Amino acid sequence: MGIVRDAPRQYAWIALMWIRAALAYPASFWIMTVSSAIITGLDFVGIAIMFATVDTLGAFGLREIALLYGASGFALGLADMAIGSVEQIGQHVRTGSLDTMMTRPVPLLVQVCADKFALRRLGRISQSVIVFAWAGLPVDWTPARAAVALMMVVAGFGIFFSFFVAFSCIQFWTADASEFANAFTYGGNTMTQYPLTIFPRDVVVSLTFLLPVAFVNWYPCLFILGREDPFGMPSWFAFLSPVVAVGLLAVSALAWRTGVRHYTSTGS
Amino acid sequence: MLYVAVATRTFRRYSTYVGATVAGIFTNSVFGLIYSYAYSALWDQRPDAGGYDSIDAVTYVWLGQALLMTVATWGGGTTDDLAERIRTGDVAIDLYRPVGIMGWYLAGDLGRASYHLITRGVGPTILGYLLFDIRLPGGPVAAIGFLLSLVLAVVTSFAIRWLVACSTFWLLDQGGLRMMAGALALFFSGMALPLVIFPEPWRSIALALPWASYLQTPADIWLGKREGLDLLAALALQGVWIVILLGIGQVVLSAATRKVVVQGG
Repeated sequence: MGIVRDAPRQYAWIALMWIRAALAYPASFWIMTVSSAIITGLDFVGIAIMFATVDTLGAFGLREIALLYGASGFALGLADMAIGSVEQIGQHVRTGSLDTMMTRPVPLLVQVCADKFALRRLGRISQSVIVFAWAGLPVDWTPARAAVALMMVVAGFGIFFSFFVAFSCIQFWTADASEFANAFTYGGNTMTQYPLTIFPRDVVVSLTFLLPVAFVNWYPCLFILGREDPFGMPSWFAFLSPVVAVGLLAVSALAWRTGVRHYTSTGS
Repeated sequence: MLYVAVATRTFRRYSTYVGATVAGIFTNSVFGLIYSYAYSALWDQRPDAGGYDSIDAVTYVWLGQALLMTVATWGGGTTDDLAERIRTGDVAIDLYRPVGIMGWYLAGDLGRASYHLITRGVGPTILGYLLFDIRLPGGPVAAIGFLLSLVLAVVTSFAIRWLVACSTFWLLDQGGLRMMAGALALFFSGMALPLVIFPEPWRSIALALPWASYLQTPADIWLGKREGLDLLAALALQGVWIVILLGIGQVVLSAATRKVVVQGG
């Protein structure tokens, strides 16, 4: 139990060290933070420009899409900042620094995730929050909707968290395949930026039951917006996100353990 | 001949990362799928947006995924090596070599681009062709024009990445500018959204900027939107930007070289 209790403190220590390191080049740090906000911001400008041509996309208006976009971007941004570094696991395998980490009295996952902690990712997070706030203005907020919104953010973070860990584990086998995880993390984010009505029914079913990324924002947002599910899924799916997140976290923990057990040093 | 050797070596260097290539093709294909559905939804409602039909739009998506790494839209390539060598001071050795340093890195980058075109370019294109109704070049002129335009695209992208990497001489770290440049490139290349559906005057402005060279210009040639004299004009504009950007790159390099000598590396 001691290990579990110490983990957040150990994580914070390593993260703080990286923040100090990043601030050693302050000009570069600020340019990166602003760039990160601009990159994701332009992403939304892209969607907004679409609306110069059409009034709705998949039967959703710009504000409604902004709500989906903000919720997903915020969840991904938090996960990316907290543990996005896990993507670099292959590099640790290649250079042998994973061996060094294993000898330290700090859990391996904590070390890998806190490594190169990037505070600049606040750029994406703040941009998503702004879009979400703008989208949330016309929503008729009830206590139930606010609760679902809060739950959505926490669960979305958990879902992307487990995607980052689980799909990075493949690098224990193929050290150079870091981009594979991107298809699910950033890809999942891009997918959920749009209303799922633009996809065929089979895709939406897969995104619900197979790779449940739809629970990051789609079902909770339908509830917040007071819309019926266009694919006829039950309305209580809106409250299922935390269950999905916990389930995925368990799967990713299993993937991580399997990966670490499989790992044999490269010897380099 | 030396440049060919440099290009071949870089080609081989990139080809050692098989896992990365396969993972990259997979990721590009996933994004290709997502954008295909998003664009289809848009073109369902406005079947002639930007002068494209829905087949043009989906073709454009897959071309975008194919060219993303080839043109190094996000940044990267041999200019990242340069930035690292500037930071460590190793660049001094590059400057001693009896060949133009810019030509050396450009040759390497062309080798990298060929590798990425053959793998991460062709891979998703085949998948897109199998899954969706996508358009192939109308004839030999369009095909050759596309390839020429693609070479010019890589050189344009190299020239801009070169300038970003050279900022390391002054900033000691290219990270921030590299990200900023990547964001601009992603948006103004037409990767985020085809430039042809931008509202005026943004459309005309974006089409005149060098980033249009990365994706919009080659894609329009592939789709047969630019033919005859118009095709030549498209290539000429790409050429003009290359001359300007490489020229600035040369000036920046010589200014930086003087600085390196003063610092002693």
